[in-house]
Amino acid sequence: MGATPAGIKTRTFPQGGIHPPDLKLSADRAIVPAPVPSQVALLLGQHIGAPAKPVVGPGDKVLVGQMVAEASGFVSSPVHSSVSGTVLRLDDVPDVSGYRRPAIIVKVEGDEWMPSIDRSPGLCEEIAASPQEIVEAIKTSGIVGLGGATFPTHVKLSVGPGKNPPEHLLINGVECEPYLTADHRLMIEKAPEIVTGVRLLMAATGVRRAMIGIEVNKMDAVRSLQEAASRYPAIEVVPLQMHYPQGGERQLVKALIGREIPPPPQGLPIDVGAVVINVATVFAVYEAVQKKKPLIERVVTFTGKAFFSGGNFLVRLGTSVADLFSSVGGVPEDIGKIVCGGPMMGRAFADLDIPMTKGMSGLVLFSRAEARQGEITNCIRCGKCVAVCPLGLEPYLVAGLVERGDLERAEKERAVSCCECGCCDYICPANRPLLDYLKIGKARIMEAMKRRAKG
Amino acid sequence: MGSLIFYTVLVAAVVGTISAVILFLVAKKFHVEEDPRIDQVVDVLPGVNCGGCGHAGCRAFAEACVKAPAFEGLFCPVGGNEVMASVARKLGKEVPSRAPMIAVVRCNGSRQNRPVTSRYEGPESCAVIHALYRGQTGCQHGCLGQGDCVKVCRFGAMVMDPVTGLPLIDEDKCVACGACIKACPRGIIEMRLKGPKGRRVFVSCINKDKGGVAMKACRAACIACGKCVKECPFGAIEMQKNLAYIDDEKCKLCRKCVAVCPTKAIREVNFPARSVAPVSGPEATTPEGGR
Repeated sequence: MGATPAGIKTRTFPQGGIHPPDLKLSADRAIVPAPVPSQVALLLGQHIGAPAKPVVGPGDKVLVGQMVAEASGFVSSPVHSSVSGTVLRLDDVPDVSGYRRPAIIVKVEGDEWMPSIDRSPGLCEEIAASPQEIVEAIKTSGIVGLGGATFPTHVKLSVGPGKNPPEHLLINGVECEPYLTADHRLMIEKAPEIVTGVRLLMAATGVRRAMIGIEVNKMDAVRSLQEAASRYPAIEVVPLQMHYPQGGERQLVKALIGREIPPPPQGLPIDVGAVVINVATVFAVYEAVQKKKPLIERVVTFTGKAFFSGGNFLVRLGTSVADLFSSVGGVPEDIGKIVCGGPMMGRAFADLDIPMTKGMSGLVLFSRAEARQGEITNCIRCGKCVAVCPLGLEPYLVAGLVERGDLERAEKERAVSCCECGCCDYICPANRPLLDYLKIGKARIMEAMKRRAKG
Repeated sequence: MGSLIFYTVLVAAVVGTISAVILFLVAKKFHVEEDPRIDQVVDVLPGVNCGGCGHAGCRAFAEACVKAPAFEGLFCPVGGNEVMASVARKLGKEVPSRAPMIAVVRCNGSRQNRPVTSRYEGPESCAVIHALYRGQTGCQHGCLGQGDCVKVCRFGAMVMDPVTGLPLIDEDKCVACGACIKACPRGIIEMRLKGPKGRRVFVSCINKDKGGVAMKACRAACIACGKCVKECPFGAIEMQKNLAYIDDEKCKLCRKCVAVCPTKAIREVNFPARSVAPVSGPEATTPEGGR
């Protein structure tokens, strides 16, 4: 919070939240393209919703940007080849959880792009596409929420039955997770593109006002976007206080427009007239619509206190973590844990062979000493978890109920509202695994609710 | 002083009498007529309220027994045929006898057979690990070793083997209530026929990955080679999704499949020692039933 520059009015959300050290070690490292690997594994389920259906078979030649798997429903998204070469096989490969999931494995031969993709570096500000064409381009380009939740973007832009059209377009440049700087770098280096992307999304949704929320530890990004958006008064760049989990859409909507999304799991931003889109997604939208380039690569922060040559890399999707490591000089010794995503909400993984997916915003390395977990002791009812929960839950109570198997009461205590931000786990002085139990409780209750709904 | 004691006793006596009358009247008014046979059935049931029969405790089961016209689908796995026979005598109904069942652990991924690929630090709960990731070994199907099954066993029939890291089932104590089956997030434990003299043969693996992948994760995995299916003279073995499954109703306990299994994924329990040693391979390290 000490980073708040004087004279700037900042906003934030009122309930709960924490202030972890921001540790943005790679904030001044420009985005560099990672080398194209010799083989990629394109997971079919890189988004929330039904996994994509393969449209290529072993032996088929593919180009960069060619669709290799099509969407298999409305809430689904196609997958495009991030490399050119030959499809080796369709096989199950471990994803970040270690469980094996279906993927298309492509052997890389050269780097031949689809001729339809405009690879010129120039900025393309002129919006020629109609709203329908923009949404269609987003849909066919396989764009999903790149903040980590990977919800198909075209679904957000389509107004569902019985819902009012959105009034606010909120762009999420918060990046409140410690360590991660992928969005930060993108906002500095690609500000005009992002502003064009915002205008595309405004056109697609018919929204007249857009706000870009950025935390004040990224004042350089605030300034670069303000400059790029200076010609467009409808786009406002809003500096926000540093406050985790402000990047959660519930918290961001509250911070930016002061509205409260109805309680989970049904409540969505559209219920209060807002559409929330991550800044990396906005850039992908710009590329998809203006440059006809599908989502085949993304910026990944590769960092860690024990890992000094970290940085921000433009990675082809499907590149394995091991390939990424070899491009930066091998796996450092004394690695205790590698987390995919930020340290608060990301997940540790055990395989270096896992492929990069659309939702991976960073890889954070921890040494053995950093990764060591404290001893779990008894809950002393200090109430810190209650104070920091942004949803107003009582994490100690809900986690305890789940641990003892009392799901009925856990449901009454709104376990399904949990946004899995991990504030309770972070603050707990007894090192209790609150989030672990909240997560399994939430999953089990959702399952039971589905069963009940079926009858 | 004397009058104080007198009044105290008097007030207590009056309040007591009035309350007794009220309670008597209320009890008369709200009396529920209950079949006396329910209590008789409860008396012969084990009374552990384990829920293994599918009812909420022994009394609920007794009520169901009394109400039901026939014993179709009603069985107390803890009491077994003996208890069901005496329940049937009390109620004057026919009861079909059932072959005794036992829970079996279908994983042979002991510490010796399954190399560790990552170290887990966190709550001691299989459910938590299962939700988080594949587990500490390369096998995404096998035992997670935190003993969720042991924690729910109300009969003291399960312990974690400190050598193998797998749960052990005590044959004498297991009553086939099925609590462990519900507790296991991986669905490793199965209820199978106990078999004559406790002899049974089963595939001690649930790895549905392709052979190569399964083999890499665990030396004792079923690699879906299909030898057992070909060998079985009774057609009791079926290959389902890269995993052999032995139908315990059809299995005649000839043990030919055990002899041909290259990974020793198929286990035989409570058989006398063989004269000829079966093919060499990894040691089957689950001393099922403590034997």
